[in-house]
Amino acid sequence: MPDPLLALNALDAHYGDFQALYGVDMSIERGEVVSIIGANGAGKTTLMRSISGLTRNDPAQVVFDGRPIGDLRADLIAGLGIALVPEGRQLFPSLSVEENLVLGGKTKRPGPWSLEKVYDLFPILGERRGQASTSLSGGQQQMVAIGRALMANPELILFDEISLGLAPVVIGTIYDVLPGIIGEGMTALLVEQDISRALAVSSRVYCLQEGRVSLEGRTDQVSREDITEAYFGAAAA
Amino acid sequence: MSVPAVTRATRASRIATVVAALGLVVLMLAPWWAGRADMRLMGEIYLYLSLACLWNLMAGYAGLVSVGQQAYVGFGGYMLFALTVFGGLHPIAAIVAAGGLAAAVSVPVATLIFRLKGAYFAIGTWVVAEVFRLSFAQVSALGGGSGSSLPVGIVRSLSSSRSGREALSYWLALGAAVLVIGTVYLFLRSRRGLALTAIRDSEAAASGLGIDIWRTKLEVYVVTSALTAIIGGLIFLQKLRISPDAAFSVNDWTAFVIFIVVIGGIGTLEGPIIGTLVFFAIRETLADFGTTYLMILGAVAIVVMLKAPKGIWGLIRDRIDLELFPLGYRVHQEGGEGGTLK
Amino acid sequence: MIEWVNALVQGILLGGLYALFAAGLSLIFGVMRLVNIAHGDLIVLAAYIGLSTTMILGVHPFIALLIVMPVMATIGYALQRGLLNHALGDDILPPLLVTFGLSVIIQNALLEGYSADPQKLNGGAIETASISLGGLAVGILPLLTFAIAVAVIAVLQWVFYSTGLGRGFRAVSDNQEIAQLMGLNKAHVFGLAMALALGVTAIAGILLGVRTSFDPAIGGGRLIFGFEAVIIGGLGSLWGTLAGGVILGVAQTLGAKIDPGWQLLAGHVAFLVVLALRPNGLFPRVEH
Repeated sequence: MPDPLLALNALDAHYGDFQALYGVDMSIERGEVVSIIGANGAGKTTLMRSISGLTRNDPAQVVFDGRPIGDLRADLIAGLGIALVPEGRQLFPSLSVEENLVLGGKTKRPGPWSLEKVYDLFPILGERRGQASTSLSGGQQQMVAIGRALMANPELILFDEISLGLAPVVIGTIYDVLPGIIGEGMTALLVEQDISRALAVSSRVYCLQEGRVSLEGRTDQVSREDITEAYFGAAAA
Repeated sequence: MSVPAVTRATRASRIATVVAALGLVVLMLAPWWAGRADMRLMGEIYLYLSLACLWNLMAGYAGLVSVGQQAYVGFGGYMLFALTVFGGLHPIAAIVAAGGLAAAVSVPVATLIFRLKGAYFAIGTWVVAEVFRLSFAQVSALGGGSGSSLPVGIVRSLSSSRSGREALSYWLALGAAVLVIGTVYLFLRSRRGLALTAIRDSEAAASGLGIDIWRTKLEVYVVTSALTAIIGGLIFLQKLRISPDAAFSVNDWTAFVIFIVVIGGIGTLEGPIIGTLVFFAIRETLADFGTTYLMILGAVAIVVMLKAPKGIWGLIRDRIDLELFPLGYRVHQEGGEGGTLK
Repeated sequence: MIEWVNALVQGILLGGLYALFAAGLSLIFGVMRLVNIAHGDLIVLAAYIGLSTTMILGVHPFIALLIVMPVMATIGYALQRGLLNHALGDDILPPLLVTFGLSVIIQNALLEGYSADPQKLNGGAIETASISLGGLAVGILPLLTFAIAVAVIAVLQWVFYSTGLGRGFRAVSDNQEIAQLMGLNKAHVFGLAMALALGVTAIAGILLGVRTSFDPAIGGGRLIFGFEAVIIGGLGSLWGTLAGGVILGVAQTLGAKIDPGWQLLAGHVAFLVVLALRPNGLFPRVEH
């Protein structure tokens, strides 16, 4: 069996002075779409930061494509092919829409995604390419954030709470394009509080609770009750 | 369960108080046991210690990083000359009055430069010092750009004998150091000190607690300015000669002071004391090397800032839980070790 | 009357030099929120490197720029990667005190190497040449200095807003963490920004040295002029910095016209008046 694309091995990670993750093991195969669900404070954001290099750990705790990257700088990890769509979109306010996208392609990795393809995917961005990114609506900003990550032609794309703070109809639009993106052969890791959305697009799910993996399984094999218990803890079940 | 007791003093701080009191008596008697040169050096040490404590109060506690404290040192010096020569005041009265005038001047200055944030505030203070320097250089009655000496009659009014003047000058410097350290210590122990600590930890949170940040910083700035001017008056009472370049020297009155505080340990009361002793030890051994000595001092300050930002006192405290000036609160649970709350 | 017009014109042209002092300061603050206390001493350092270059190679100071600019840019990159990057963070104290220490080190190293004697760069005939503009004799050197300042700011503006490098500067300035996720090495980007800033400083230092005599102690004053130009113009605006330099220069020459002793004082007063009336400067940056 080939190596998984991403493996987390007993990851202990800290957020500031607090330990946020305790011995988390995960394994993501190529082409998989995996969602990670959990309540606020379960450690999802720290997990994303650890994979993308914003939080540094021991080298072997994060292994990408067979290579230990736990202590690698974020910009080098980006060059290896991991892109993050960060929580809250986090566009660069001083940059126009197009500049945000171009910067996303800074790593110059070869692949299918280009400005034209992103504009094909989100035509509204093509119309607004010269505008300041802050002048866009929340949903359009989310499109820029996704487009910016795609421009890197990553092997692994991380989505952190992409539905947060958006109107339901906009969330629908965003989720409609996800299968198309993943159809390009990308591997995706999706952090989401909206459980049904997450389960609908992913084939496997990990549940985090207080920094530990409380459930892992195929989305067609885990029951709602299992997830509720893993999400809120045994007391709620 | 027993009720925990909260104290501020520790055994070390009580011992330190006794040692300090005994030491102070010994130092007060210096005119009877120390030579002329030693007394001069000690007087200078006290004045630098005072400047260091004051700068530390501003930068280490109130977050007001100034590189323009020479403004008030020079102002105090010039006020000593102006008030004695033209106002006919006794030098000591003139120095006290200089403190009051500096406080008055510092309020409008603060309303202007408090508009600058962080590092820009620092350079703003430097501009103010330059304005002071250029303004005093315009006053021809005080010697203009070349400066002037304190008239003999005024010098004699302190004491008729040279040794008497030297002893008085020494005691004044010692008294000023005690006054400054005492003021800073009491300031930090007061409600204002607590407010400062809150501001240092988080301006937003402090503001939420109803602390008027601007006003608290203003109070620190005014008190510091007044005391700095008093020290400036004493410095030029020792020198007996003043000129704009000497009075408003950024190297002498700010650079050295900053190095003292950084090397000793910024944001602690003990730091400036240790820093002053280290500074004078380095100066007395390396001063012959001139520029090299200053380069070494600058390099040491950089290394300390990057590698041990809490200075020498911070390094000591990391190894032993020691506090000579009891500022923190300690909670004692019966049968348990006391912990420190800051 | 003509004397006042003359003072005004001289002041505007002097403002070009101050804008050059300020441009590097402004750029560095814009990219990494660093206020470099040693900036003035680095300007003086550039003048001394220019002095050595002209003496060793026997070339005109402007030709020496071909050496001084890359040397200063290299110093800038090395300084940033080796020292200043380690001081940057949430706390403003370390960068402030580290650059303050650096200022003292540079100043005393120059004293050690070149002594306290005033030096000057020999610009030759250009120093005294002038052209007549409507009855005013305007020096070629001040005119050239102003033209260079305008050109430098135009180039910086172009780099900042129309190149990949500038895109990186703005991205890192906006959000350091997310910029790293785009594959930008923050330490390298900061190094490049400091290299660019000190490249500009090299130009400022050479023009300063050709215009007036200099000694190791004048760095603090140059820092203050640059700082005042930045604040008068408004933080983060490059063209505003030029305007700030011009206002400062005009205040100084008009002050000097009234009384030679008031030259510097008038400049500082102009700064304080702007600070009192328009604390954000005259042309603060508006987010586009």
